[in-house]
Amino acid sequence: MRVLAALSGGVDSAVAAARAVDAGHDVVGVHMALSRTRDEHRTGSRGCCTIEDASDARRCADVLGIPYYVWDLSERFEQTVVADFLAEYAAGRTPNPCVRCNEHIKFTALLDRATALGFDAVCTGHYARVAVGGDGARSLHRARDAAKDQSYVLAVMGPDRLARAMFPLGEVSSKDDVRTEAAARGLPVSAKPDSYDLCFVADGDTQGFLRERLGSRPGDVVDEDGAVLGRHEGAWGFTVGQRKGLGLRHPAPDGRPRYVLDVRPATNTVVVGAAELLSVRGLQGVDAVWFDSPAGLAGQGRAQLRAHGEPVPARWHGTEDRLEVALDAPVRGLAPGQSVVCYVGDRVAVQATVDRVRRGADHGRDG
Amino acid sequence: MTRYLDHAATTPIHPQVAEAMAARLGVVGNPSSVHAAGREARRVVEESRERLAAAVGAHPTEVVWTSGGTEADNLAIKGLWWARHAADPRRTRVLVSAVEHHAVLDPARWLASQGAEVVELPVHDDGRLDLAALDAELAAHGDRVAVVSVMWANNEIGTIQPVADVVARAHAWGVPVHTDAVQAVGHLPVDLAAVRADAVSLTAHKLGGPVGVGALVVRRGLDLVPVLHGGGQERSVRSGTLDVVGVAGFALAAELAVSDLPAQTARLAGLRDALLAGVRDLVPDAVLRGPDPASGLRVPHNLHLTFPGCEGDSLIYLMDSHGVACSTGSACTAGVAQPSHVLLACGVEEVDARGALRFSFGRTSTPGDVEAVLAALPDVVTRARAAGMA
Repeated sequence: MRVLAALSGGVDSAVAAARAVDAGHDVVGVHMALSRTRDEHRTGSRGCCTIEDASDARRCADVLGIPYYVWDLSERFEQTVVADFLAEYAAGRTPNPCVRCNEHIKFTALLDRATALGFDAVCTGHYARVAVGGDGARSLHRARDAAKDQSYVLAVMGPDRLARAMFPLGEVSSKDDVRTEAAARGLPVSAKPDSYDLCFVADGDTQGFLRERLGSRPGDVVDEDGAVLGRHEGAWGFTVGQRKGLGLRHPAPDGRPRYVLDVRPATNTVVVGAAELLSVRGLQGVDAVWFDSPAGLAGQGRAQLRAHGEPVPARWHGTEDRLEVALDAPVRGLAPGQSVVCYVGDRVAVQATVDRVRRGADHGRDG
Repeated sequence: MTRYLDHAATTPIHPQVAEAMAARLGVVGNPSSVHAAGREARRVVEESRERLAAAVGAHPTEVVWTSGGTEADNLAIKGLWWARHAADPRRTRVLVSAVEHHAVLDPARWLASQGAEVVELPVHDDGRLDLAALDAELAAHGDRVAVVSVMWANNEIGTIQPVADVVARAHAWGVPVHTDAVQAVGHLPVDLAAVRADAVSLTAHKLGGPVGVGALVVRRGLDLVPVLHGGGQERSVRSGTLDVVGVAGFALAAELAVSDLPAQTARLAGLRDALLAGVRDLVPDAVLRGPDPASGLRVPHNLHLTFPGCEGDSLIYLMDSHGVACSTGSACTAGVAQPSHVLLACGVEEVDARGALRFSFGRTSTPGDVEAVLAALPDVVTRARAAGMA
């Protein structure tokens, strides 16, 4: 097959590309430039967008003996991932830009361009597995290394595109194995630190980025009865479930910590309250992406609500694009805008974006 | 087999040059040393200086060796501005054409941090400098201009600039003129004595010499403030141990290129015209950028086209996968193609500027290269268009 290997400049994508080469594919490396104002050097754990990362990707391609190109997808990235990030925060929701990047950039813009240029598949360093059923249909499964599993952020791509995706790291047993393999292959990134901050936010300062792009808009911080407890610089600065940085001058009467319960852009207010008020028993999702056949559009298994969140037992049903999820155990601090992925065993059944949450009494252990 | 059509980026070293350089590489001697080994090295440097000067119509004492075109451009723009501004503080302005190479544009823009006022002069659709704009600028501020820089030939779209006209106009105001002739020598007759520019940038690797050596030809008596300070090897204007092997290779390459010029000019223009005709046949909506070859205002070895609906990234990948080495023609940062400032200055819309390809020919180019491009082109454009829609 003709395979386009997306090379971020990190160790995972480099080893994934190496494995694609070993498998006998005709591999071409592409580094996506997602920002037009790129820093020279990588600092700390920020993404993959510096010139140093591009150079690392180039050196990995050299070692693998594959062609290497940099493709400028910065405009698409700005128009989709960054614009969505800002719009979601402005609307009081909590977006996951990595999910949006997989949806709009890696498995749409990049995959479609690759297909048009004659490639059969795009290979990435994601940790997930693709299985082919008896009928030829693809299904998405958790990686063998549960700690690194990224099926949660990939599910948004849907089943159709899985046929053109290749995740060679799905079967590895640990990240250490990947690093060992990279070192054995002579890849210069074998000891490069993992990235986890948002790649497009300078210095990792998300609040500063939001302030710069959305502007300062002071408003009130209130309790659930509407009593004003403090002021904020912009409702976009708050996420449901947030505890730190509320800027409240007085402790709650009962002395217990308070959390953000709701962000209301219409009135530019942030509502705070006690932890048990955060408890969520169910949710409504929109823009559902079904992997299960539509028959019934219902199921039960576990629902995951964050990239590294613990899956909780759940039942779900829905329509082509809407999803209702009932959680068998309450969760804390679920915010609209987050991605929900429902699994049956280790197989992805459906993904959706949380639109509304259903609060309920918290009968949990630490209520 | 790879077809190399990117000679404007760099062109293969001439075998005679490689041979001469290899023969010299093992010989010790710093030209600044007074002993026999130093004197022998100095003799090579000075003979090379004379030979290069003769090849371009300059006087040997005017040749200042540099590490290449970029250093020569920096020395000219910064060195002239600093010197002229110091001599007459009212002279703050730097006039450059909007289609200059970044090695001229960026030093000029940097000078703004030193108090310079940078004026980027507009060009016509074909990239030719708007002389009326230069006239207007000189009429309004002629006594406040420190330096004018207009390139001899454009590296992207091949436009030959009216350098002699620029010189006549600027000299009327007592303003020195720099011209970047990196893309001209070896492809056009270059007689610096006739053109009378005050500073001229040259480089070896665009004409069959080695990478890493160039020269700034500086009119005698012209003050320049150094960029590189140190031993003062080159007229106290440029410091650094002289590259004996490099300058010897440069001089020989320049001689060979100039003596070969009449034959190569006709041959390369023929290849270029054949490629253009073939492209127009296969992709009727491809747009030629820069002057029409028949106008005589275009260097013979350059063809620059934009392909509607295509991205440069896709075009380059596809051409490369067909074994054709060419270029988008524009400046790169870590390999990311930006929309060309040259095309934008020519009035090309950004969306059209993205689909640019530059093919440039040189001594080793053959009709087979043209055939290979034309064989690949239909598939390349079809796929790049599909990718552009994706």
